Amino acid sequence: MRDLTPTGLTQASGIKGGIGESTLRPDGTLKVTGEFAYASDLWHEDMLWGVTLRSPHAHARIRSLGVAEALATPGVHAVLTHADLPAATRYGLEIEDTPVLADGVVRHHGEPVALVAADHPETARRAAAKIHVDYETLPVITDEASATAPGAPVLHPGRTDEHAPHVPHPNIVHRQPIVRGDVSAVKDRADVIVTGEYEVGMQDQAFLGPESGLAVPAEDGGVDLYIATQWLHADLRQIAPVLGLPEDKVRMTLSGVGGAFGGREDLSMQAHACLLALRTGRPVKMVYNRFESFFGHVHRHPAKLRYEHGATRDGDLLYVTARIVLDGGAYASSSPAVVGNAASLAVGPYVVDHVDVEAIALYTNNPPCGAMRGFGAVQACFAYEAQMDKLAAALGMDPVEFRRRNAMAQGAVMPTGQVVDSPAPVAELLRRVKAMPLPPARQWESAGGAADVRALPGGLSNTTHGESVVRGVGYAVGIKNVGFSEGFDDYSTARVRLEAVGGEAVATVHTAMAEVGQGGVTVHAQIARTELGVARVTIHPADTRVGSAGSTSASRQTYVTGGAVKHVCELVREKVLELARARFGTYHPAWATAELLLEDGKVVTDGGEVLATLVDVLEGEAVEAEDEWRHRPTRPFDRRTGQGFGHVQYSFAAHRAVVEVDTELGLVKVVELACAQDVGKALNPLSVTGQIQGGTTQGLGLAVMEEIVVDPVTAKVRNPSFTDYLIPTILDTPAIPVDVLELADDHAPYGLRGVGEAPTLSSTPAVVAAIRQATGLALTRVPVRPEHLTGT
Amino acid sequence: MRVTFTVNGRTQRADDVWEGESLLYVLRERLGLAGSKNACEQGECGSCTVRLDGVPVCACLVAAGQAEGREVETVEGLADRATGELSVVQQAFVDSGAVQCGFCTPGLLVAADDLLRQRPDPSDADIREALSGNLCRCTGYEKILDAVRLAAARTGEAD
Repeated sequence: MRDLTPTGLTQASGIKGGIGESTLRPDGTLKVTGEFAYASDLWHEDMLWGVTLRSPHAHARIRSLGVAEALATPGVHAVLTHADLPAATRYGLEIEDTPVLADGVVRHHGEPVALVAADHPETARRAAAKIHVDYETLPVITDEASATAPGAPVLHPGRTDEHAPHVPHPNIVHRQPIVRGDVSAVKDRADVIVTGEYEVGMQDQAFLGPESGLAVPAEDGGVDLYIATQWLHADLRQIAPVLGLPEDKVRMTLSGVGGAFGGREDLSMQAHACLLALRTGRPVKMVYNRFESFFGHVHRHPAKLRYEHGATRDGDLLYVTARIVLDGGAYASSSPAVVGNAASLAVGPYVVDHVDVEAIALYTNNPPCGAMRGFGAVQACFAYEAQMDKLAAALGMDPVEFRRRNAMAQGAVMPTGQVVDSPAPVAELLRRVKAMPLPPARQWESAGGAADVRALPGGLSNTTHGESVVRGVGYAVGIKNVGFSEGFDDYSTARVRLEAVGGEAVATVHTAMAEVGQGGVTVHAQIARTELGVARVTIHPADTRVGSAGSTSASRQTYVTGGAVKHVCELVREKVLELARARFGTYHPAWATAELLLEDGKVVTDGGEVLATLVDVLEGEAVEAEDEWRHRPTRPFDRRTGQGFGHVQYSFAAHRAVVEVDTELGLVKVVELACAQDVGKALNPLSVTGQIQGGTTQGLGLAVMEEIVVDPVTAKVRNPSFTDYLIPTILDTPAIPVDVLELADDHAPYGLRGVGEAPTLSSTPAVVAAIRQATGLALTRVPVRPEHLTGT
Repeated sequence: MRVTFTVNGRTQRADDVWEGESLLYVLRERLGLAGSKNACEQGECGSCTVRLDGVPVCACLVAAGQAEGREVETVEGLADRATGELSVVQQAFVDSGAVQCGFCTPGLLVAADDLLRQRPDPSDADIREALSGNLCRCTGYEKILDAVRLAAARTGEAD
C-alpha cells in the first residue's frame, strides 16, 4: 500500500539557502521522478470509488428520486441523496447556502444530486446513470435584468446572512458602494469625458490536478481525509457539521495538490467522500475527470462594467464613476469578498479625488463563481485600463505618460480613504516596461527567405506567411490587495522544533499551509535557515494537527504563514539562547553582554566570535515553539460610503504586450509580454519570476482564449472540456521578460509584498490594448475572439 | 481480461482488467505506477504522456488491451534505476524552476526526453512545437524552455 501521509520534505543546503536565494524546491526531485503523491494518486486496500450524479438542468424542482436500481447494481455499496444526510445539509465559505446534495431544487447545471460508491469507478458511473430523477424545469435567471425583474424567482428565499438586510433585491448577494469627494460638483470642470461598457467572460482556474481525495473511516467513528485543497481548516470547519462529527474526529492531511488558483477554496468532493466512507465503513476515493471538474469548482465571476472618467485638458484625472455587476451564479461562495475587492480597487492605481463606485454580485442560475487569481481586481483592471487608453487618446497624450501623470505613489489616498503607507512605484513600473527593448519586427522571416509559420498568427495551421499581419503594442498596470481584507482575522500558525540529529542541528517546520505549487515549502525552509542558522530543514506534512495557516490565496502565504514561521523561529531562537546561557553562560562574558546570533549551526556574537555549537547546546533536548501570527488588522468598508482601512497591503505590476494580428482571419499572436513588478523583497527570486510568468500567462488566456460559455437561454455550460475550453499552450505563450523591483514594505516580514496575483491583472488589458493599437477596433469584451476582429 | 506488457524494461501483468480501461488506468491503479498523470483523460493535456514502442502517446487514449505485448516507457523509467540518479532532463527541470505544482511535469519530461533523443540541439521553435501537446497552468512555460535548453546544453557538454 502506498503511504497515504506524505513524507516530510527534508532539504540540506550546501550554500546558506536562506531568504533571497534561489533555493530549489524540496519537493522537486519527487515531482520529476513521479513519486510525489497527488490526491488522485492515493490508493488504499479495500477502497471504493465514489462518483457524483449531477443535475442536467440549471433550475429545476426534483419531483422524485429513485435509487433502488442503482443500489441493486452488483459492486455498488452505497447510494446517497439529500434524504441520507446525517446532520447539516448546507455549507459555504462565507454564507452557508450550498446544499451538500440537492434538497428538492437544483439551482445550476451540474449541481450534485446523489453519490454512489462502488468497487470500480465505471461501475459507480453506470450505477449513477441508473438513478431516476424526475425534474420539473423552472425558469432560469441569468443576468441582472432577469434576476431583479418583477416576479423573478428568488433563488434563496429567507436569507439570514449579514448582507441580506442591506441589498436592494434578494437575488443580489452583496452590494458595496465607494463614495469619495463629490463627483457631481466637479463634473463640469472636466474638459474630456469618456464612457465605456466592458464585459469579462467566465474564466476557469483549469488547475491540472483534478479534484480528488481519499476518505478513510476510523475506528473511533471519525474519518481521516487526505485531500488536495487550499485551506485545510476552512474545509474542516465546513465538513465536520455535515458529518455531524466534532472537528477532532475529522483529521485532515494535505495530499499533493496539482495547482489551485482559487478553484480549491470551496469544497468539492471533501464532504461527499467522507459521507460515503462513513456510510460504507470502507475507504472511498473520489477523482473528478476534466468534464466533472468544470462543474466541480467555482469560476471567475463574469462581469459587466460601466465606467465614466473625467479629466482636465492637461491630463489630470478629475473623477471616476463605475458600476460593476458580477455574476455570482447559484451560490454565494466568496462573492461578497469579490465585490469588496472590485469596488475598492475599481479606479486602479491612480490618484482620483472624486469617486462614485457601486459593485454588486448577483445570484443567478449560472455556474457558481468565486475565487480565482486576482479576485475581483482582474475584472476592474480590464475596464479601467481600457478607459485610461481611451482618455489618453481623447487627450492626445501618450498612454504611458498619461498613466504616469496620474499614478499613485506612497502616501496616496485610496477611494476608500485608506492612505497607501508603503512604496507604490506605479510610475516607475510603467517606465521600466516601456524601457525594455522591443522584440524585432517580422521574426517569422528566416534567413532562407521562407516564413517560419510557427512565429506567425495561426502558427502551424499555416494560414499566413505574413500577409495582413500588423503589430500592436499595449500597456497596462494594476493594483491588487494582499491578504484577507475588510476586518477578517487573517492569521497563520506555525510550530518549529530545533534538535540535534546525527551530529547536526535540524529544524522542523510544521504548518497547515497548503502547498499548491507556489513554493511555500521552499520559502519556509529558507526562513528557518535564515532565522536559526541551520542548513538542514524538514518541512512537516501539512495537516490539522497544527493550527490554521489560513488560505493559500490572496497572495498571502509568504506574508502570513511565512511571517508566522519567522516569528516562531524567533521564539525558538530565544529559547535556544536561554538554554545556551544556562549551559555555557558562565564560560565567557560575551554570553551576557553581546548580541547573540545563530549562524552556520553555531551561537556567535554580533562580532563573529563563536561561543558554542548548536549541537552542544541542544544535546538531549529539543526546543519547540508554536504560535499564531497576524498582520495588522484591517477594517470593514462602510456599507454606505465604502470608507475604511480595508486592505493590509497592495501589490503592483505593469505589462507591455506586443502582438501581431492577422486582420483577415482575426488571429492573434502574442509576441512578447513583458512585466515589471514590485515584490518588496524577493525571498526566492526563481520562484518569484515563476509566479509572475505563470500569472501573466493566465492573463493572456483571459485576453484571447479562455471562457466558459454558458448558454444564455438554458444556463447550461457548453464547453466543459480541454477540447473546447482552451488554455495557453507553449506555442500560445510568448517570451515573458520580467523586471523585479524590491522596495521594502516596512509593515511586512522582510519587507516582502505578495506576488502571485498582481501579474494576472495587467496582462489581460495590455494584450487587448496592443490588439486595439494593431487593429483600431474598440474591443470592449474579453476574451477577444476572431469574430470580434473580423466583424463576421 | 489479462494484459501483459513491458513497463520500463520489466514485464508487468494485470488481471481482471475491464475492456474499457485505459493504459493510464492500468498503469496508475493496477500497477501502482502513478507517475503518469490524469489531468484531462481526453488526450488534450499531455500529462499522461508515455512512450509506446518508442512513440510518445497519451496513455489515457490507449486502451489497455492495445498495450498487450508492447513496450511502455513512463516517467518512472527516466532516472537511473540502480542509483536513483536523475536523468539530465529531470535534473534540468528541478534546477531551472520548471516545476511548480508538478502535475504536468511527468508528461513534459517524457515529451522533452523524446525531443532530445530526436534532436539533441533543438531551437526554441523546435522545443515549443515538440511540447505543444503538454499543458502547464503554473509556469507560463518560460522555465520549461529554460530546462530543455539546459538539458540540451549539459548533454552537449557531456558528449
